Amino acid sequence: MVVVSAESVPVKSEPDVVAVRRRVREVSAQLGLSLVDQTKIITAASELARNTIIYGGGGTMQVQTLNGPRVGLRLTFEDHGPGIPDVALALRDGFTTGSGLGLGLGGSKRLVNEFEIVSRLGEGTRITITRWK
Amino acid sequence: MEKIPILKMGDFLLVTIQVDMHDRLAMALQDDLTKTISQTDARGVLIDISSLEIVDSFIGRMLSNIAAMSRVLDAETVVVGMQPAVAITLVELGLSLPGVRTALNVDAGMELLRASVGANKELYGSRLR
Repeated sequence: MVVVSAESVPVKSEPDVVAVRRRVREVSAQLGLSLVDQTKIITAASELARNTIIYGGGGTMQVQTLNGPRVGLRLTFEDHGPGIPDVALALRDGFTTGSGLGLGLGGSKRLVNEFEIVSRLGEGTRITITRWK
Repeated sequence: MEKIPILKMGDFLLVTIQVDMHDRLAMALQDDLTKTISQTDARGVLIDISSLEIVDSFIGRMLSNIAAMSRVLDAETVVVGMQPAVAITLVELGLSLPGVRTALNVDAGMELLRASVGANKELYGSRLR
């Protein structure tokens, strides 16, 4: 796997969610993802960016474009918040510790091809999603 | 702060969302619409989302809230113009917008609103104000 480009986007406050969506839209269009695939990864990024701000106290999104053997877009959301005590529970639809619908984590997992979550209590959370072309 | 305009047309309110809404703007629209319904005695709300490139769980929840609040205020809500890619994504995300009536375009949405408001009038007589 070859990382063609990488950049970091701040995910600190609510307006950053819009900036995240815009950047993911640009990069996924440049990669030539289909409109449905673009829409899916933008929506997943929107959910995860909001989680990063609300539950993680803010963080960053890494954007990587991948090539060889496959073309794809990989996004990594990282925060240094409190971490998720029970990841399996947090992934379940309808579960939330906030005021949302509880669809953010489980829903974004369904919208991408690969989903990885690493969370340590008191250290933070890192979620990596990949959508292949 | 920017605001999403609400147009009044007869008994109905029309909203066209043309910007990528940040969460606070979506909340503001929800509040504005509820106030405008009660101030204008509107019987129906038509929300055109054909320019929206995504609907995530936050915007989906806003649409459900608007539909529920307007129903309590005796007005019908129809959401029109959802792009196919948005519909596919929304359902996979796990949102089916319960309680939100939809139509393919503005014309079909207006027809739906007129029909349902007309049917209510027939059933219950014209509303006492």
